[in-house]
Amino acid sequence: MLIRKGNGIASSEITPKGAYEAFQMDRRRFLGRVGAVGGAAAMAGMFPGTAGAETKLTTVASPYTVNETMTPEAKAKSYNNFYEFGTSKDEPARNAHTLRVRPWSVKVEGLVAKPQILDVDTIMAFKPIEQRVYRFRCVEAWSMVIPWDGYPLAEFIKAMNPLPAAKYVQFISCDDSKQMPLIGESGINPPYSEGLRMDEAMHPLALLTFGSYGETLANQQGAPIRVIVPWKYGFKSAKSIVRIRFVAKQPDTTWNMLNSEEYGFYSNVNPSVDHPRWSQAHERRLDSTNSIFPKTIATLPFNGYANEVAGLYAGMDLRKNY
Amino acid sequence: MSKRTIVWLKVVVHGVCLLPFAYLVGMNHTGELASKADPVNYITHFTGDWTLWLLLGCLAITPVRRLHSSLSWLIRLRRMVGLYAFFYATLHLLTYVLLFSGYDVPTAFAGVQAGHLAEPWRQFKLVWPRMLDDVEKRRFIQVGLLAWVILLALAATSPQRVLRAMGGKNWQRLHWLIYVAGIAGVVHYWWLVKTGVRAPMRVTIVLAVLLLARVGYVGVKKARSRE
Repeated sequence: MLIRKGNGIASSEITPKGAYEAFQMDRRRFLGRVGAVGGAAAMAGMFPGTAGAETKLTTVASPYTVNETMTPEAKAKSYNNFYEFGTSKDEPARNAHTLRVRPWSVKVEGLVAKPQILDVDTIMAFKPIEQRVYRFRCVEAWSMVIPWDGYPLAEFIKAMNPLPAAKYVQFISCDDSKQMPLIGESGINPPYSEGLRMDEAMHPLALLTFGSYGETLANQQGAPIRVIVPWKYGFKSAKSIVRIRFVAKQPDTTWNMLNSEEYGFYSNVNPSVDHPRWSQAHERRLDSTNSIFPKTIATLPFNGYANEVAGLYAGMDLRKNY
Repeated sequence: MSKRTIVWLKVVVHGVCLLPFAYLVGMNHTGELASKADPVNYITHFTGDWTLWLLLGCLAITPVRRLHSSLSWLIRLRRMVGLYAFFYATLHLLTYVLLFSGYDVPTAFAGVQAGHLAEPWRQFKLVWPRMLDDVEKRRFIQVGLLAWVILLALAATSPQRVLRAMGGKNWQRLHWLIYVAGIAGVVHYWWLVKTGVRAPMRVTIVLAVLLLARVGYVGVKKARSRE
């Protein structure tokens, strides 16, 4: 296993006492209390004029970090799948500047103690931002290694007090055609929807993500708030989230609805289950090696996170539940 | 049109058809290609796109020529454009075999330099099963390979003396397969892209117009001959 586990308790492990109340507090008072750790994160939101431009984040190191050659920032931010800004991989970087990432609010709804609308800066300041270097495996058989900045999605979910009936959590992305002029040509039915089973969403590896490379997310990466689920193919990690909905039944998810044979609801990285149009046994690692000859490596089950997450799927036939 | 003009035209067409290749080589030379996030993906799409456009260019020559008798000289450029389509199709196939498949070119090359002449073959044997798997299982690979095999057959029979040896009728029958290659190429593109991606739409529309132009021409000709 390539994950280095630290000895110390990560600050994110500390149970948020009265976390739920924290969200109800006056935002300014709350930010004041978060102080040093969350301060820089909150700064990003204090200057609405900088919308679209990345700002520095203060992050703490995380034990959930892989020791592999990182993908250069320029590559990670210029090669994106974000169909709302064009279907070719260089388009989002060119077109996503029209997305207005501040002010930004996220509606929390469904089977939850108290449905509410939260400002992204409030969500961001809720927990210390950790930097975690994760493998990122696209369903198209290429992969990157990216330092993501965020905190466990589980912390946020706990604070939202979902009802016991909530078995799944659904993420719905922005679908504003004014900010996303190409959304109608994307071929997907907006809004983009993704979802996780509750136990998957509560897994410590699932990251509620606000930044990468120590800065707030670039628009083409799904600013200002997205999830990163590193053991699943990239499309499962919804971008530019505007609604988080707790539901009892498996939600309809965009790619699964478009083509269920090619994109299962689970879509865990699995080298032994081919995509109908290509093998998933190998991947092109896009890192700092600048060569026209690709670095082709074997794809690992659960993208190398099997020790951590395989237990979530005990007893399930992963060939059927792809 | 004078012979001299035709020679000049051919030079120009050579230049135009080689331009994309020169652009790719130039990008490789400056390092721009290697520093792209996913060079293989870029090269694959680049060579695939140019194969299709040149194939459509080749298919466009007859309908355009029929528009007016003064355009009859265009036919003399058709073989060349077709051969360039084959050239880019071959680059496209080589991209798949040498870069996409996982074939380790640097190791093969280093082996040869160190005097191990069997190294490229050894590397090839390592990735061969993956390619075979693709050919067996994936219809977009099958239809793409079909298009390339057709283009290979047409390129091999393109010299004048082969035409003469085959006889005009046989030769023409074989070369009608260019339509199959064109359709197969476009289908290959559609079967490759993800649901919802409409990138192949442009080539599809052009192909449809060119095919309809032929159907229309034959229809009009038949109607006239009945009058």
